[in-house]
Amino acid sequence: MSLAATSDPMLPRPYRVGRIQHETKDIATFELLPVAGEVAGFAPGQFNMLYALGVGEVPISVSGDPADGKRLIHTVRAVGAASAAVAGVKRGAVLGVRGPFGTSWPVAAAVGSDVVIVAGGLGLAPVRPAIYRILADRGRYGRVALLYGARSPLEILFRREIERWRRRLDIEIDVTVDHASGDWYGNVGVVPMLIPRVGFDPGNTIAMVCGPEVMMRFSIDALRTAGVPDDHIYLSMERNMKCAIGLCGHCQFGPTFICRDGPVMRFDRIASYFLVREI
Amino acid sequence: MEGLDRILLEHPFFAGLEPQLGHIIAGCARNVRFEAGQYVLREGGAADEFFLIRHGAVALEIHSPGIAPIVFATSRQGEIIGASWLLPPYRWAFDARALELTRAIGINARCLRDKCEADHDLGYELMKRFLPVLLQRLQATRLQLLDVYGKQAT
Repeated sequence: MSLAATSDPMLPRPYRVGRIQHETKDIATFELLPVAGEVAGFAPGQFNMLYALGVGEVPISVSGDPADGKRLIHTVRAVGAASAAVAGVKRGAVLGVRGPFGTSWPVAAAVGSDVVIVAGGLGLAPVRPAIYRILADRGRYGRVALLYGARSPLEILFRREIERWRRRLDIEIDVTVDHASGDWYGNVGVVPMLIPRVGFDPGNTIAMVCGPEVMMRFSIDALRTAGVPDDHIYLSMERNMKCAIGLCGHCQFGPTFICRDGPVMRFDRIASYFLVREI
Repeated sequence: MEGLDRILLEHPFFAGLEPQLGHIIAGCARNVRFEAGQYVLREGGAADEFFLIRHGAVALEIHSPGIAPIVFATSRQGEIIGASWLLPPYRWAFDARALELTRAIGINARCLRDKCEADHDLGYELMKRFLPVLLQRLQATRLQLLDVYGKQAT
């Protein structure tokens, strides 16, 4: 599933910022257009290193459609100095891009299976390319469900798109928020609680889980309780990625490097150290 | 009564229950219906009935003076509402409000408590069904409290 970056992987390519969509007060989605040459193709789940010139690099999963060969789409939350610089870019600015790097969601391996996607918060961004790919080839999959959890109704990511997907009759969408007031008529509660509500064939289901690690732990428990085997559960892991090519060791996770062996990892392969706090 | 027996046994909360126990519980049960916006139960009220949702959705809320009610969970088809009937003082600790037309089975708590006192096998069976739900909700509440989608997280 690994897709190597083209040319020198340490050399950023310049991309110009196109349209920007402000998702929430600190999350922005923007398109990146190559200043020269072609857009580097990517597989759903892979990430790029985005370089705010003179500030620093941050690893950000691609959140756009892998079939779109004209632009890259990224969704970024302002957290530290570099991500704030990237998230705060203006239209027309230039960012450096290295990538794509890492492993991808098993969209090909999931053909013929039910697919349950469990996403929390900004974790919806890295799985969105997989959703695009699956919906583009919808007939080859069994039941498809997206379960999404957000902090509050105002912090639901890609809200219009979720509403559009919901109007399709071939994907089950359930959204929940952790906190809401009485004018919210949707679900309230954590996203793992949605898993038992979905009808799927657990032995023939591929689960893709992305979000904060603690949310993924609870989701794994719910998936296992529902009967999904460990080798059918895939997670997108996050660590402090720097070089993105498995050299610097910053993102070491047990015997693996997240940038090279992840970010998408099959749960049975990491289960023995997933809960080890020191890792 | 046969209809309620069947409906009870078809509800996920009672999946796999022995029919004779289902028959005993059905003796305390009735069909209920709540319109959208109608309260199923109110904080401080007597916890004398709990509910198995058959269709619809119910918001569980806590109110505080001066602010809108805070919804802390929603329950839907196949789930249950209410555990305060299990222990004294048998008072509800929150409000529950139907978000849409909701059909449920209401089970008279006093009736069921008396039957559990008389038949500990029935009580043990109920405990085995309630405890996982309560544990699941406790863990979910912990996760909610962590505010995992806050700025320090993904």
